[in-house]
Amino acid sequence: MPMPGPVSAQQMHFAEPLPLRSGAVLRDYTLMFETYGTLNAARSNAVLVCHALNASHHVAGVYADQPKNVGWWDNLIGPGKPLDTDRFFVVCVNNPGSCFGSTGPMHVNPDTGHPYGSDFPVVTVEDWVDAQARVLDRLGITQLAAVMGGSLGGMQALSWTLQYPERMRHALVIASAPNLSAQNIAFNEVARRAIVTDPDFHGGHFYAHGVVPKRGLTVARMIGHITYLSDDSMEAKFGRTLRAAELSYSTQEIEFQIESYLRYQGDKFSAYFDANTYLLITRALDYFDPARDYEGNLSSALSRAQAKFLVVSFTTDWRFSPLRSREIVKALLDNRRDVSYAEIDAPHGHDAFLLDDPRYHGVVRAYCANIAAELNA
Amino acid sequence: MSQRQAMEIIAALVPEGSRVLDLGCGDGALLALLRDRRGCRGYGVELDDAKVLAGVQRGVNVLQRNLEEGLSLFEDNSFDVVLQLDTLQNLRNTEAMLQETARVGRIGIVSFPNFAHWPNRLQVLRGRMPVTKVLPYQWYDTPNIRVGTFADFRILAEKNGLRILDAFGLHEGEVVRHAPNLRASTAVFKFERR
Repeated sequence: MPMPGPVSAQQMHFAEPLPLRSGAVLRDYTLMFETYGTLNAARSNAVLVCHALNASHHVAGVYADQPKNVGWWDNLIGPGKPLDTDRFFVVCVNNPGSCFGSTGPMHVNPDTGHPYGSDFPVVTVEDWVDAQARVLDRLGITQLAAVMGGSLGGMQALSWTLQYPERMRHALVIASAPNLSAQNIAFNEVARRAIVTDPDFHGGHFYAHGVVPKRGLTVARMIGHITYLSDDSMEAKFGRTLRAAELSYSTQEIEFQIESYLRYQGDKFSAYFDANTYLLITRALDYFDPARDYEGNLSSALSRAQAKFLVVSFTTDWRFSPLRSREIVKALLDNRRDVSYAEIDAPHGHDAFLLDDPRYHGVVRAYCANIAAELNA
Repeated sequence: MSQRQAMEIIAALVPEGSRVLDLGCGDGALLALLRDRRGCRGYGVELDDAKVLAGVQRGVNVLQRNLEEGLSLFEDNSFDVVLQLDTLQNLRNTEAMLQETARVGRIGIVSFPNFAHWPNRLQVLRGRMPVTKVLPYQWYDTPNIRVGTFADFRILAEKNGLRILDAFGLHEGEVVRHAPNLRASTAVFKFERR
């Protein structure tokens, strides 16, 4: 497989305000993004990749000065990979409210001269899609070959087909859902309470105090991480393995490997992720519900979509279970849209969408190859 | 036996421009044929990973589902034609599946191995379960858990209020209209709800 050259992040500044679903506006903002591959002369080979909760615009490749910082979907996207950047021009935008460079809670609020903190306006999936559309406008891309995303990114891909139905020919919606279940929202709420009740949260204005609500963010991540894994994969990876040979009969010390793993993941996450961003993104997840304006009828909501779809789910994903993907498929069938659906029997739970499973990648590769063939037709 | 010839014969039963659902669509070859030659649009349902991939490669709409779990994805009368070729005999709930087929489609087309084909009868007369080109499995490892005959299907169709529009046998890629219950290895029925 050819080694791609190093990639680099770019930024775009927008002086024109972005109206948000909440009624607030983002007055002045910057969006980080990355692109891979080359936009063809017809500007018809662009694929927008939407990122999920804790990811950024760095979706593929490595930076020249950070050879270990590999893009989060690098196993799927790159030269010769299932989404082949030798054929497609791939764009990924860091959403506003995030903490990877696009305007977010840690940036200065032009109205106050202080960091937004918890005053950063609540953003929705629809708002993100609008922001991404502005990046595409500037890049001169009127119609995408495809929009693609996993999990929360899949929600954005789905929303794209409803907000800008004529701006893409295909949508790939992977390990996603048409809205969160009560159980999903419950997990998000526990995570948010962990953050908000951390004494270092300071009502969301912790930047001024020179602290971060590390404990809350750590617990939030630990909870999230449990929901990304399947019972089986956790059992296979950790089981009841102890850290030491003997029990220490302590309620505070780490006894089991799974505890050690979760604490490690939590600590790692809390070192780079912003607490206000976590609150914002989990709320965007909670709010996403395109059927809400259609009395809960997803088929009516999806009647606007014109794209052809590939929907993928994973059998052991209990956070966004196959049942939820089938709801999307059913709504598309009701509207007589073109859709293929792969239900991959992978053991890894929700995380499977980020992993390299040959059946999953095979289907995505085949689907993308057909999109590429259409471009040359 | 020419798989291709059999497929062409089946495709000819599908009116042009139909909205089709192919249950157990395999690698999507029939769907692609119906799309390219008869201007049909529709979906295939398939469980096997490799076949789902082959269908996606062909550019047909494939939905990876287990037919044993029913057709709840599909609304009543949502297809002109529902095909179920060489699949019915693999399903535990054959009768329910037939009813589902009739529910979602205006016309149903099914094919299945005819257990009453004369070489099968001979083998049973000799005291052994048949092993043939169409039924190549031993009794203990066969996926064909429902073995029926051409004549049996007429009775099942009648019981379920289905009107037979056409019925014939297939053997070695040829249509068998004379004594198909005896002379054909495969039974084909085209029916609608009464």
